[in-house]
Amino acid sequence: MTAATFARAPSIGRAFTAQVQRDLTIAFRSRSELINPLMFYVMGISMFPLGVGPTAERLAEIAPGVLWVLALLSTLLSLDSLFRRDFDDGTLEQLVLNVDPLFVGVLAKVFAHWLVIGLPLTLLSPLAALMLFLPGAAVPTLVLTLLLGTPILSLLGAVGAALTVGLKRGGLLLTLIILPLYVPVLILGAGAVTAVIDGVDPAAQLAWMAAILALMLTLTPFAAALALRVGLE
Amino acid sequence: MRAASWTATALQAPLLTARALGCERDGRVLFNDLDLDIRPGDVIELTGPNGSGKTTLLRCLAGLTGDFDGEVSHAGRFSYVGHRGGLNLQLTPLQNLRWSAAIEGSNASNESLSSLLDGVGLAGYEYLPCQQLSAGQQRRAALARLGLDTAALWLLDEPLTALDDAGCALVRDLLARHRAAGGAALCATHQSLGLERTRQHALGRAA
Repeated sequence: MTAATFARAPSIGRAFTAQVQRDLTIAFRSRSELINPLMFYVMGISMFPLGVGPTAERLAEIAPGVLWVLALLSTLLSLDSLFRRDFDDGTLEQLVLNVDPLFVGVLAKVFAHWLVIGLPLTLLSPLAALMLFLPGAAVPTLVLTLLLGTPILSLLGAVGAALTVGLKRGGLLLTLIILPLYVPVLILGAGAVTAVIDGVDPAAQLAWMAAILALMLTLTPFAAALALRVGLE
Repeated sequence: MRAASWTATALQAPLLTARALGCERDGRVLFNDLDLDIRPGDVIELTGPNGSGKTTLLRCLAGLTGDFDGEVSHAGRFSYVGHRGGLNLQLTPLQNLRWSAAIEGSNASNESLSSLLDGVGLAGYEYLPCQQLSAGQQRRAALARLGLDTAALWLLDEPLTALDDAGCALVRDLLARHRAAGGAALCATHQSLGLERTRQHALGRAA
């Protein structure tokens, strides 16, 4: 070990990878946290044929909305622990003190969250669509909207999770803060799928979603980083 | 061997300067007009009864809270080991340490991380989730991070909590070596660290 082994300025890229790796390891350690939102997604959707009745036409009509609402709710369910666990055990302090700029650390956590929640939801959605008799032609669009939309859900959710991190029971408040912000994504996502069913080109909705994703990607990590600093006070 | 670049750069300039610090919580003045210089080689014991503001002072100095008067300036990086140790309990000590190394910018290899855990008496526990370790072992795992040697200044909040005699001796060794390498430390503590040539800084009126 020489002086050169101790680098003074931490590499941001390395911090990002290490953070993603760490969060994924934790997620796979606590499998229930990993599986529960997905179970909720599938079970929530399976309630609709039971509640509304198994008529194919009626289910197909509400399918885009139901699939998207459940995706929102499943994501919400998993958000509370995004920063809270790290807050409780003191690793959040270490993240705030050591990762500069902090938004890189936040982005790493959000990326890991999306890999654990958003991506599996997206991959699971064709199966869920089958339960609701969604026309096969609309399935690729459904997957595409979720692929564009679930990162937005994670990014926006991170701001809410950061804002409520210092509160003892922030779970419900988090839901109340975040749910209204999810409305545009819900309208666009469900709208795009409905458009395909109606034989309309969903390009407009998809373009809007991509635009929102780009905007959120640039803004929310800063907002969440700021909120985390306040939350630690 | 433990020489890091900070030993060469700033041997006498303070690593941390605090001027006219004042802090009030819920209408109680915790400290007022407090000046503090921490120079290389300093080990300062921050003492005071419970609730006298030791942790708050450390958090002010670390920049974890901005709700105070006065100015704090750092000459370089610092390591902070708080009340909450900064360990994820589902991960193993080695995984926690590897994460700390990455975000603190240490290039320590896997072997040297293992030997750091060895050094704090956790040999054989590297691959056990931290939640299966005792409180003292968890504290040791948290303190292992200091061995990464990424910062000249250590801010430690009650490093001796939950440690047995051997553990306290270990902290003493860590501090002595750190000081010899030109580092400095501020430790909030209720017990004496047992080191020679430490400075004391008492907070609050004696209860």
